[in-house]
Amino acid sequence: MSIQVTSRQVGDVSVVDVAGRITLGEGASALRETIRGLVAKGQKKILLNLGEVSYIDSSGIGELVSGFTTVANNGGSLKLLNLTKRVQDLLQITKLYTVFDIFDRETTAVASFS
Amino acid sequence: MASVDTYLESNLQSVDIAETMVLGLAQAAGFPEEELHKISMAVRETIVNAVVHGNRYSAHKKVHLQARQIQNGLAVTVTDEGNGFDLNSIPDPLAEENLLHQSGRGILLIRAFVDEFLMRRLSPAGTEVKLVKYLPHSS
Repeated sequence: MSIQVTSRQVGDVSVVDVAGRITLGEGASALRETIRGLVAKGQKKILLNLGEVSYIDSSGIGELVSGFTTVANNGGSLKLLNLTKRVQDLLQITKLYTVFDIFDRETTAVASFS
Repeated sequence: MASVDTYLESNLQSVDIAETMVLGLAQAAGFPEEELHKISMAVRETIVNAVVHGNRYSAHKKVHLQARQIQNGLAVTVTDEGNGFDLNSIPDPLAEENLLHQSGRGILLIRAFVDEFLMRRLSPAGTEVKLVKYLPHSS
């Protein structure tokens, strides 16, 4: 499985469900296009659900960071939901735990935007 | 002991090919699941560096992959034919001012996931990266 990216609305929050591998090439591109598409539509509250992400490489991490800055530069915020142990470890190694708001419950994450 | 010695094209398909080959050796060597994931990460990042930053996707340049089981683990050597680069020239991805950079974390991750990491410039061209991962009970 490479990657599946789908988005849904919960109130005024766009929840992006990501499954599979976020790696250099198709995976990272699919995520980038989804986030940029939401920003282009004026969405300012974006929650990335990474619960089904099995693998993420340095390019995938770079895409998370790029998404974070793209949304922030447009006056919004991007937060993370349901990190697997492996993704948690990567964010610890890269110190990005200090950058992202991270949640393990969707209701709490959605409420945090208001 | 089992080994792999092959030349790969400078494209992203080679990343998957190298991962499959090295994981085959690592599984046979007895690495547990979580260690296989770390080996996979380290090998993929190393091959990406060779293809993208070393050979710059050149159809005229190859990536040389050598991997072998060693007595207490696995040794992997990846060599490209690029111009090489100075490790010290890479900005520290953990510095506060670099945290929001999109790229520059590959070598940090490789170092985090293997037990030994060695990179050297070759003459007249190329970069050689050596990785060693020890079986959990032997390091």
